[in-house]
Amino acid sequence: MRHFIKNTVVTTVASAFLAGAAFAGVESTDPIKLTLHDWSGQLINTKIMGSILEEAGYNVEYVQADYIAQFAGLKTGDLTLAMEIWATTGQEALDEATASGKVVNAGETGLQAIEEWWYPLYMKERCPGLPDWTALKECAEAFSTAETAPNGRYVGGPVTWGGFDDERVEALGLEFDVVHAGTDAALFAELESAYQRQAPVILWVYVPHWAPAKYEGEFVEFPPYSAECYSDPSVGVNPDMAYDCGKPRGPIWKAAWAGMEDKWPGAFSAVQAYTLTNAEMSAMVGDVDLDGQDIDAVVANWMSSNKDRWSGWIAN
Amino acid sequence: MRVSRSSLLWIGLFTVTWMLASYGKSMATAADMKWLIKYPNAWVFPLKDTISDMMRWLVEDAHFGLFTFTEATRALSWLIEQPYNFVRALFSDGFDRRIGRDAVQIVPPLSWIAVLAGVIALGHYAKDWVLAGIVGASFAYLAVFGQWESAMVTLASVMIAVPIGVGGGLMFGILAYRHPLFERLMTPVLDLMQTIPIFAYLVPILFMFGFGPVSALVATVIYAMPPMVRITTMALKAVDPEIKDFGVMTGCTTRQMTWRILVPAAQQSLMVGVNQVIMLSLNMVIIASMIGAGGLGFDVLSALRRLDIGGGFEAGIAIVILAIAIDRLSQAFAERSTMYVPTNSGTSFVARNPRTVIVGVILVIAMGLGQIIPFFQTYPEGQTLTTGAFWSDAVKYLNINYFDQFEAVKIFFLKGFMLPIKRFFLGVPWPWMIAMIVLIGWRFGGWKLALMNGLMAVFIVTTGLWAKAMITVYLCGASVIIASVIGIPFGVLAAVNKRAGRIIGVVIDTLQTLPSFVYLIPVVMLFRIGDFTAMIAIVLYALAPAVRYTEHGVGSVSADLIEAGVVSGCTRMQILTRIRLPLALPDILLGVNQTIMLALSMLVITALVGTRDLGQEVYIALTKADTGRGIVAGLGIAFIAIIADRVIPASARNARIRYGLEGGHD
Repeated sequence: MRHFIKNTVVTTVASAFLAGAAFAGVESTDPIKLTLHDWSGQLINTKIMGSILEEAGYNVEYVQADYIAQFAGLKTGDLTLAMEIWATTGQEALDEATASGKVVNAGETGLQAIEEWWYPLYMKERCPGLPDWTALKECAEAFSTAETAPNGRYVGGPVTWGGFDDERVEALGLEFDVVHAGTDAALFAELESAYQRQAPVILWVYVPHWAPAKYEGEFVEFPPYSAECYSDPSVGVNPDMAYDCGKPRGPIWKAAWAGMEDKWPGAFSAVQAYTLTNAEMSAMVGDVDLDGQDIDAVVANWMSSNKDRWSGWIAN
Repeated sequence: MRVSRSSLLWIGLFTVTWMLASYGKSMATAADMKWLIKYPNAWVFPLKDTISDMMRWLVEDAHFGLFTFTEATRALSWLIEQPYNFVRALFSDGFDRRIGRDAVQIVPPLSWIAVLAGVIALGHYAKDWVLAGIVGASFAYLAVFGQWESAMVTLASVMIAVPIGVGGGLMFGILAYRHPLFERLMTPVLDLMQTIPIFAYLVPILFMFGFGPVSALVATVIYAMPPMVRITTMALKAVDPEIKDFGVMTGCTTRQMTWRILVPAAQQSLMVGVNQVIMLSLNMVIIASMIGAGGLGFDVLSALRRLDIGGGFEAGIAIVILAIAIDRLSQAFAERSTMYVPTNSGTSFVARNPRTVIVGVILVIAMGLGQIIPFFQTYPEGQTLTTGAFWSDAVKYLNINYFDQFEAVKIFFLKGFMLPIKRFFLGVPWPWMIAMIVLIGWRFGGWKLALMNGLMAVFIVTTGLWAKAMITVYLCGASVIIASVIGIPFGVLAAVNKRAGRIIGVVIDTLQTLPSFVYLIPVVMLFRIGDFTAMIAIVLYALAPAVRYTEHGVGSVSADLIEAGVVSGCTRMQILTRIRLPLALPDILLGVNQTIMLALSMLVITALVGTRDLGQEVYIALTKADTGRGIVAGLGIAFIAIIADRVIPASARNARIRYGLEGGHD
């Protein structure tokens, strides 16, 4: 056994030198560490980026990390690249991290995040005015459960997502109780359960996600978001209160360790160039989560059918 | 007369508390003293910011002259990573020459057939063919149900975490045995290690050890080590004094005394500790996977994120199977270590080590054939079985057909049971509640316990966590009541009926090792988000000790007493209610105590469905990477646990004294 270990160490050391020679083209053979979270879209996004970097000759390592906690690792360089920071949920953390100077915003992924109140299509029959939000004022009871009646029941995201739904309900005079799910999984478990029974439900849904592909439904149309609507009570339909509008929509950012640009300049420019579209992403997420395809297979498929695109990103 | 007067006093106090809970709020509002109900934010001591600042200093500036604190922790991290990488490569990834895209595998991971042969041989070596069969079937299950690769990653983490946990536990335990002062310092530290939820110290660990499997391993060790320390100290103290005298007479040095005499003599008890470390490490796999351990825990998480209930369930069951296999193996080794096995010296190596040779041959053949026929290397993906659809369909069937019945049950419990308790705890003014906690401490444990209770309660108030702490107490209290109502009768049944006992044992084992996340999501589907769902999850997890301790207590009532009952003409029912149950009461109380501990440790998980207690506070701190907030809330949970842990055994002792099982002064 001891000989075996010794041999392995020797081979590892030797291979490090060999690898150095083999990749004369790239700036550093140290692995670029990409973070993985636990939703398929992010895994696909990250694995595509990783595959592109590998094609360019870089070494890539995937690290499982928590969505917000990963910023601690990005600051120190333990982690190199996070592929999905949603403007809707991660903006605060991203701004804080970039302000420290240790993390840089590597631009948009091309994906646009939408987060809003969402209902299955069968609820439209029970509340005909939808998707306009004013309809909710009339038919809150259609969304009620035994615990909340006569108020409607709205399932919001985890408190950590923010979203100001409690404030929104009050500002818009909606007779709804806001119930916060603890996690994403619990949120969609509520939807699945209600959808199976065609029972009343209205909840926080975001895209890109597999849910709108699996369940038929629509987003509620609130008065459009503006920064003033959130900060200034006098703006919006309710002159006395803020948050009398919908949720902000925004890009999904890429965030990188500030040292990445110096260490792997070529890789960094590829990361900056990389973009996908919502349609592409939704299709791939559907393939994985609804059709049960393997993530690596879906990624490989994208790589082979988009060779021209990604070759352009790594060319310069 | 004294007894009845004191019980009168307690009834009076409880009535006052109940009145305060019901009317205190309106009274305080009328008297313009709302601070009695809601502790004002302005009085909150900003401890969490202080802790966060300290952490920042430690990670960014702390310096030991030659190297910084971070460099020290990173070096340690590197040291742990090397054996981990080796084991992981051996079981799961294979050894690569070069890295990245040009990687060439020089040695593939161990073939599944070889590993299977290895564990079967281990089972036979440790005990007999029955055990070999159980262990072999468990590992075969992992291969056939397509969980092999993830299970091997999990196994690799366990194989690194367990030796560190056992070794560290042994060291600290021996130190505590040798130096009473160290033991006294260690006791509160161990209490905190066992009661602070892991989520609370995950963030600082990430800062110190970096992202990846090492942080997960460190967190696992912190969580799994305390029982080993306690058991080591206890076992060494329990070594027969004659054996010690023998050591002294033969002139042992301290070192020889410890390693040649005490540790071998205590080996059987020590193996109990090893077993605990293994089981607790496997309990951690889900949480560890959230910060980079991968493996089966990650499969559970990602399956449930896409609401693949069956997939999550299968990966969860794989964890249970792995735990059972390792548990049975380690227990067999514990028993074996006390047997004398003659060594047939003088014969050849093959004759002395038949199993090693057979496994070696299988290894070579399987790995060799694996180069040509992939089946021998990795179990073919096309041949795997899955029951995933069954579980999803079962939940769907229940949901569509029985949701209204579930809803009715839920409303009944909420309105009649949970809400009154919630109102009670949230209604009592905090100064009164603290006074009560101190008084209870004084009654059962004298002024020391009273002082400790008071300080801990004041900590919770002054850090601004009172309301969340009361929701915690309510949720745990309600769950513990339900768990006791279900668990104690099952414990009694298990004690009086052997066959029922065996079935109950398997169910309880499964509930304890099955990651709670697996059943949390189906429960959300059937009962919606809310306190009731959280309560079900807590009850399922915390049921085990209530059953086990009751079984133990009822089962170990001395046969003489039961015979005395039979002779004096008791019916079976009378024997149970008049003899067995009263005598088992102290054990039952300790079981309830353990149930409370488990209920509290489950809180962080129930925060994932959306409760508003201290568990949620810890979870928020985790997602915001706020070290101070997490640790303060974690301490809050720990203090509630410690108060319960001190008060209940003290009252159990009182009960023992009352029934004359223990000499006392009361």
